[in-house]
Amino acid sequence: MSDTRHDVRLSVNGVGHDVSVPARRLLSDALRHDLGLTGTHVGCEHGVCGACTVLLDGRPVRACLMLAVSAVGCEITTVEGLARDDGSLGPVQQAFAECHGLQCGFCTPGFLTTITAGLADNPTPTHEECRDMIAGNLCRCTGYQNIVRAVERAAELIAEEGEAS
Amino acid sequence: MTTKLMGTPVQRVEDQRFLRGHGRYVDDVAVDERTLHAAVVRSPHAHARIVDIDVSAVLDLEGVHAVWTYDDLAGLATPMAEPLPLLIPHPALTHGRTQYALARAEVNYVGEAVAFVVADDRYVAEDAVGLVRVDYEVLPPVVGIDRARAADHLVHDDVPGNVGARMEQKTGDVEAALAAAPHRLQLDLTVERSACMPMEGRGTVARWDPDTHRLQVWSSTQTSTGVRAAVAVKLGLDLGQVDVITPDVGGGFGVKINHPWPEELLVPLAARTLGRTVKFTEDRREHFISSAHERGQVQHIEVGFDDEGRLLALDVEFWHDHGAYTPYGLIVPIITSTQLLGPYKPQVYRVRFESLYTNTVIVTPYRGAGRPQGCYAMERTMDAIADFLDRDRAEVRAANFIQPDEFPFDQGLVFQDGRELEYDSGDYPASLEKLKALVGWDDFPAYQAEMAAAGRRVGIGLACYVEGTGVGPYEGAHVHIETSGKVKVATGLTTQGQGHATVFAQLVADELGVRMEDVEVVTGDTRRMPYAVGTFASRAAVMSGSAIHLAAKRAKEKALRIAAEALEVDERDLEIVDGVVSVKGSPGTSIDLGTVSVLSNPLRYAFDEASKAATQFSVGDPGRPPVAEGDEPGLEGKDFYSPERATFASGMHAVIVETDPLTAEIRILKYAVVHDCGHLINPMIVEGQIHGGVAQGVGGALYERMAYDESGQLLNASFMDFLMPYVTEIPDGIDIDHLETPSPLNPLGIKGAGEAGVIPSAAVFAAAIEDAERVALPDLTITAMPISPSELHALRQRHPQPRPHRQERS
Repeated sequence: MSDTRHDVRLSVNGVGHDVSVPARRLLSDALRHDLGLTGTHVGCEHGVCGACTVLLDGRPVRACLMLAVSAVGCEITTVEGLARDDGSLGPVQQAFAECHGLQCGFCTPGFLTTITAGLADNPTPTHEECRDMIAGNLCRCTGYQNIVRAVERAAELIAEEGEAS
Repeated sequence: MTTKLMGTPVQRVEDQRFLRGHGRYVDDVAVDERTLHAAVVRSPHAHARIVDIDVSAVLDLEGVHAVWTYDDLAGLATPMAEPLPLLIPHPALTHGRTQYALARAEVNYVGEAVAFVVADDRYVAEDAVGLVRVDYEVLPPVVGIDRARAADHLVHDDVPGNVGARMEQKTGDVEAALAAAPHRLQLDLTVERSACMPMEGRGTVARWDPDTHRLQVWSSTQTSTGVRAAVAVKLGLDLGQVDVITPDVGGGFGVKINHPWPEELLVPLAARTLGRTVKFTEDRREHFISSAHERGQVQHIEVGFDDEGRLLALDVEFWHDHGAYTPYGLIVPIITSTQLLGPYKPQVYRVRFESLYTNTVIVTPYRGAGRPQGCYAMERTMDAIADFLDRDRAEVRAANFIQPDEFPFDQGLVFQDGRELEYDSGDYPASLEKLKALVGWDDFPAYQAEMAAAGRRVGIGLACYVEGTGVGPYEGAHVHIETSGKVKVATGLTTQGQGHATVFAQLVADELGVRMEDVEVVTGDTRRMPYAVGTFASRAAVMSGSAIHLAAKRAKEKALRIAAEALEVDERDLEIVDGVVSVKGSPGTSIDLGTVSVLSNPLRYAFDEASKAATQFSVGDPGRPPVAEGDEPGLEGKDFYSPERATFASGMHAVIVETDPLTAEIRILKYAVVHDCGHLINPMIVEGQIHGGVAQGVGGALYERMAYDESGQLLNASFMDFLMPYVTEIPDGIDIDHLETPSPLNPLGIKGAGEAGVIPSAAVFAAAIEDAERVALPDLTITAMPISPSELHALRQRHPQPRPHRQERS
């Protein structure tokens, strides 16, 4: 009953990884256990909590609802890929630190990726749009108050950067 | 002078790793192809006898390394085959029962561990689980408090009436006081089950080192020392052979204080037996059916009061559903029975409870730990009294408050820690005034009338609580100033997101006079601090915070003594600022703490330039021993904090809701919190704790329940069906005001803050929804929580009904 393995190349945070995985291997498990990118967390494995959210060609997807082999040919961005090239925090990460947008940190990677995509799509969200942007992710610690503030702060930081460049 | 960090909203130091995806949660440990993975065969029945277990099909499966049942444990020389520990025995718990690591002969809830499989990866392990055949003889299940009380069937054959414990406490003759009271009311209330639901479930990793005969365990727990002791006993190891490390923990909220879970023993056993690192990571379905729940109670209250609403007699009886086993003793119902009193002082109080077995998941503390139920009972009673007397609800509460000059106030009961229920400090009238201002209490009736005229139903509720926090027995801390000047701090209790690395560093920086960035805090690692209790009962800041403060004080005393000798000055003239010890007013005469650390440790061997200063031909009086009598080498401070009793935080919440006349949808318009946890260490973190507690409270009041069917199947064991709030369900903005009534019991004047946000939720929502509905339906009364729109609709359909609790005036 040994699984047939498939040799595939996964492109994650701009780096190609050759892995040999069974067809049933979830993308979340492949990222975590085959590539050692443990920043992507698994909270429910049925697509509800959003902790495992990664960006697939820039769009947020649940890594627990996708097979690793089906991510071939896509550019995957995980939380590990959100910092700037110089190692400093990206705007969404920075906003979370400033606004106390996290407590235990387990759901945080999914929020960071989701908001990164959300602000790319809508860089000047209203307060309501900020709430909507995170309405598909569960957090059990923060009561969301400071996460909403962090979305607003991240939008500010991105705008400031745009003006500066 | 360095600015004091105590009381300032310092950004969290732990965030950097979390934000980069560099946190290390238990499933992130030992990510290695050679790590083996465990899965558990769980009972599909709520109550059944195990007739036979056939594992033969598993043995042929490639990649499986072990499959164990109870019989395998019974063959071991260690106590693995004995029941799991009953952690908190109590004389009233006459029929305590705990499960086995793997079920022996009988299962008592859906999800109980029956067999344990270890394989190359979790996929193969789950394949193997599917191949284990268990024959069961199904027995009649006992589900729900009513069935448990009826006792038509028994959960455990040797526990008559399904009663694990009966307990009573009283402060006087309640029956006489009731009979003499001018007015009396009765209430019958229920609260359903919910659960902590941290985003990360349970998990354990273990590695046996055959060269040193030592076991290393990582567990997602709220007590590493507790797990360590349990693992050592069950595996027949010396305590010194077991290290338990609590890595980053993805939320706890109480469920991870219970220990050892079956897997916390089976994983180390497998690691030792197989000589390989073994990991178990609970999945979400397992968390629903094999961790723990809380909250389920049925309550009956009789109260006697005067024309002002003052409590003359309070007689409470409740029935607590503790599930299939009682590993955590009676802590939850004892807390309900004592903390029910809140900020009030009834003339006579009696409380009786029965803690009952059902064929459901065990019940252990969930944030609030019995207080939400007690607060609900008390506050529904206050609302009923106000309604009966046609008085303002805030006024009736104020008439019953313990007054600021009455502290310390002894309630005349025994609390959950075995100590007197004696409140140390508080100012409830001031809190109420703040809350009324914050929510606009006095202006609300006009607003309500205005909205009513427009056909809208809005209502307001308030609820008050007192929370015993920082219970003993103790916590300890170790502060080590290294020769680099960096300060390493260790305390034994664990962290699940409370920001301990930040707040404890604030305390050390303040006391020691060092830069906060030079302080590193480690929690929950038995290698660094083997004596500890755990993180529960809002105790971390109070207990470890105080211990760390005291340990830092000791390190500072030693630093000043050594520095004074080195500088040949009086130590009373010294101060430490930014890690440099200098003579006050004469900063040129100084020595940095790193050098003081070098001097604190007389050396024979130099290992770098700095350490030359401490070698035998450089320092020391040849006429005295290099380490003076009673002294120790090294610049360290260690201390323990063990208070006589808990310190009592308090607070009051108010909420304004609108109910839809057509759909019965419940919308939150405003949520206000007044919170008193004594001095704040970091207000940003305290407010974060309140936000999170309120959100869990909203979930518990309006959405979350464990939907068991009559056969004991949990019908909503997924995030698709158990409705945890997203941002869309949580109020947009929570108004918070603080009162700081310092505790006299600890050096920092602090009280716990972790659980407070969730305590008044069921009470405050029941009150507000009822108030909104009575705009149109004057007799509608809420006696069961949580409440969904469909349940509110059903209540409307039954209206008008006589208010069930209303009795004739005597």
